[in-house]
Amino acid sequence: MKNLFKSNMSIMLVFSAIVLTAPIWLTPLGANYPDLLQKFAIFGLFAVGYNILFGLTGYLSFGHAAFLGVGSYTAVWSLKLLSMNVFLGIILGTIMSGIFALAIGYLSLRRSGIYFSILTLAFAQMAYSLAYSVLTPITNGETGLQIAANDPRYLDSLVGISQQGQGIPSTNFFGVLLKSWDGYFGFYFAAVILILGFYLSLRVFRSPFGLKLRAIKSNQTRMTYTGFNTRPYLLSAFVISGMYAGLAGSLMVAIDPLAGAERMQWTASGEVVLMTILGGVGTLIGPMLGAVVIKYFENIFSALNNSELHQVFNFLPSFLEETMVFIVSPFVGSGWHLTLGALFMLVVIFLPGGMMEGVTKINSFLKRKFGKTDAEESDVSIQQEVQAKAQQGGE
Amino acid sequence: MDAILIQILNGLDKGAAYALIALGLTLAFGTLGIVNFAHGALFMLGAFCAVTFSKVISFSKQIKDESVTIFDAYKEIPYLEIWWGDFGALIVDFAVPLSIIVAIPVMILVGIIMERGLIKHFYKRTHAEQILVTFGLAIVIQEIIKHFFGANPIPTPAPDIVSGSAAVGALVGLSENLVYPWWRLIYIVFSGLIIFAVFAFLQFTTFGMVVRAGMADRETVGLLGINIQKRFTIVFAIAATVAGLAGVMYSPILPPDYHMGMDFLVLSFVVVVVGGMGSLGGAVAAGFLLGVLQSFASMNEVKSILPGIDQIIIYLVAVVILLVRPRGLMGREGVFED
Amino acid sequence: MTNILEIKGVNKTFGGLHALRDVNLEIYEGETHAIIGPNGAGKSTLLNCCIGKLIPDDGSVTFNGNNMIGVDAHDINHAGMVRVFQTPEIFPELSLLENVLIPALAKRDGTFKFNPFGDIFNEKEIREEAMATLAEFGLEGFSEDHAGSMSRGNKRRLELAMGLIQKPKLLLLDEPTAGMARLDTNNTIDLLKTGKMREMTKVIIEHDMHVVFSLADRISVLARGHIIATGSPEEIKNDPKVKEAYLGEGDHE
Repeated sequence: MKNLFKSNMSIMLVFSAIVLTAPIWLTPLGANYPDLLQKFAIFGLFAVGYNILFGLTGYLSFGHAAFLGVGSYTAVWSLKLLSMNVFLGIILGTIMSGIFALAIGYLSLRRSGIYFSILTLAFAQMAYSLAYSVLTPITNGETGLQIAANDPRYLDSLVGISQQGQGIPSTNFFGVLLKSWDGYFGFYFAAVILILGFYLSLRVFRSPFGLKLRAIKSNQTRMTYTGFNTRPYLLSAFVISGMYAGLAGSLMVAIDPLAGAERMQWTASGEVVLMTILGGVGTLIGPMLGAVVIKYFENIFSALNNSELHQVFNFLPSFLEETMVFIVSPFVGSGWHLTLGALFMLVVIFLPGGMMEGVTKINSFLKRKFGKTDAEESDVSIQQEVQAKAQQGGE
Repeated sequence: MDAILIQILNGLDKGAAYALIALGLTLAFGTLGIVNFAHGALFMLGAFCAVTFSKVISFSKQIKDESVTIFDAYKEIPYLEIWWGDFGALIVDFAVPLSIIVAIPVMILVGIIMERGLIKHFYKRTHAEQILVTFGLAIVIQEIIKHFFGANPIPTPAPDIVSGSAAVGALVGLSENLVYPWWRLIYIVFSGLIIFAVFAFLQFTTFGMVVRAGMADRETVGLLGINIQKRFTIVFAIAATVAGLAGVMYSPILPPDYHMGMDFLVLSFVVVVVGGMGSLGGAVAAGFLLGVLQSFASMNEVKSILPGIDQIIIYLVAVVILLVRPRGLMGREGVFED
Repeated sequence: MTNILEIKGVNKTFGGLHALRDVNLEIYEGETHAIIGPNGAGKSTLLNCCIGKLIPDDGSVTFNGNNMIGVDAHDINHAGMVRVFQTPEIFPELSLLENVLIPALAKRDGTFKFNPFGDIFNEKEIREEAMATLAEFGLEGFSEDHAGSMSRGNKRRLELAMGLIQKPKLLLLDEPTAGMARLDTNNTIDLLKTGKMREMTKVIIEHDMHVVFSLADRISVLARGHIIATGSPEEIKNDPKVKEAYLGEGDHE
């Protein structure tokens, strides 16, 4: 793989082509509508960023959803106070979550292993609880933070864009509405940011900095005696991944200007961990893959209901049909989380390297298979030779 | 004085639940080296044992209510009451405490299946992987419960006779107004008994000695040729049972719902860390301590000074303890510090 | 001769155990100095006090004229004192080349450098240096293999390569031949005697007398936390105190 994709250029070309043509090749799977495509891009970005921390350094954070939430809230406030242009909101959301990540990371990284995980969990839960209670003036509590028609938007009014009295305005990117092109503009907007984010992650992976992070994961004590101060490295990785989370959070807002506290709950952090693991921790493309697979199946499975299940299984004899529906029904609709949990377990148990490990395994299996045929062929040819010689001898 | 006493009491019942869950978590940490994120789900399963048991024994039949004469009215009478009269009604009333009898074998079985079927294979994996697989299991368990019992909390009342409040104040010579629900008192006492039983078991039996030795130095005990596998299974079953019983008895205090396990799990983990990983005494002490702290933090006087403190006090304490005293209150050196 | 490392009056206790008592030691620039002593004499404790893993109760450790007590381990490394570990401490998940690149990067980048946009595949200079160092230890053929899959002997070589590439002013070797077969031991001795390794100032902690007497310019004998003798191999061999404390216990091979 390494040799095949040695140059950044070719990886980026292939990746961009796949992402930008997604609306076309996802059509047969029924996943070509903007709402879902945007989710792929946003959660892909979240997972790609999370992988920079978890995949490279091995530090398991259970608090990254908090940064996603911070990014979302900041972006909504930017839409409310400054401008409906999402450019500003995205920049501010990313910076704000970076600041939060710096503070939380600085404290959490004083410990490692499970203590680190619990510290991040504690911080995230604090953020979540506070967003629901005391911080209601900022977060609007359970209702969630929304934009309104009469928000000040000082920057917009400064340059003379006034949308007062026209109802709730839509988000735009330098004048182009995110919901234009039947919503596909929103997707392409997110896709371009995803491609940029992926490129950055690629650079980090292949940089000396990335190599040092991998070495920290491998043997942190040795790094210290090799002359590295590991904490700033870990903190940089933590802040970078926190900013990716914030970027993903503000992208959500750009497309749908709403932010709620449930985005910050630790189960939301668990979801990004799952995406990363499912795709392949520490691999470049794995987390993106994991995000797409999970969001795709969430979409399909959570939409299914019993009558649709009956349709799916109606080729079976009726008693079998009933049994199948009975077995499958807990896993679909509102039971989607059951599928998710079971998937989580199966991956960790059987495929700790995720789908990318699966790909590698299949690859080497195929190679062995082909290698074997080669060996058999040569065996055959040797046998033929031996036989030929024996015949010659006989003559 | 009254206010302080009542806050302490209020904190103790929650603290007792934390202590029981944290006790099992620590047992599993210390002996098996497993970080079990599904432990909260065991607590929840215990509570649903009580729910199921009381549902089953109060299976009822519609009978015409003779006392209403104006129109035809029906009332639900449990079969047990129809068959056994007052004694049956008594059993139905005592469903929660009686369900302990069912919960013990169920939780032991769940514990054994979980350890044999899953946990066993993760002793040699990293803590991160242990966390992840048990997190997945916790989701699976709670979603199954949700599928069968729905998403709403299910009220599971305590027996009538203890549904009132005890005049605790009068008992200790303070104000008559100082009252405290009987069931919560029972819960505190019950937790005390369980904690005592677990400690006595570890202190006075050969088995317990081996377990304690295992907590101190797992590798050596393994080298002694003691069948550690079987003991691991038993320890895990005990931990599961303790969590389950904590759940059974908690069901009248908090109507069980499918995600109560997760809520308690995060807090209990914090409790374990505060107490010190691998320290049983620390887990129990920290459980009660944090319960009481939480109760004080939710006093209006405190909230008016520090708004929102009741929501985050436990996490705040955990963060401070972890940063200042990374081994927790009573943790030993070298536990989980890889 | 100039002293590169000076240890003066160092004491270290663990609970009731007096691991080091009033240890005084001077390492000359350019020499190979062996520290020998029976098990539990405090050799590793002394080493750990030098590299910042342990902080002595009192006394001073001066390296190149700078105090080393209380200095972070990574700063001690950059001061030029590098340790090679007894059990190979490598990066098992990384390739051999990457294992050697890491200490080379430490030398170049310092304790912390944020360079997420560089490309590790384009670092020609440092890669060539790493390959050359691997070649010096006969490991160039495995440069893309995972370090964790190497044999114990090769892990040892890798360790030495990782130490050497940092061009340390002083290399601390903790039992470089422990657990090795005789052939490997001899190979290691040759390795330490030849090329760049020869001129380097080294402190070797060793059990194996064969190794010690083949390599050391001077020897210090540590017994019960105290240095009882320092001198040339000949002097040590004939020192009655040493015979009594160390050789008399039959710890030699």
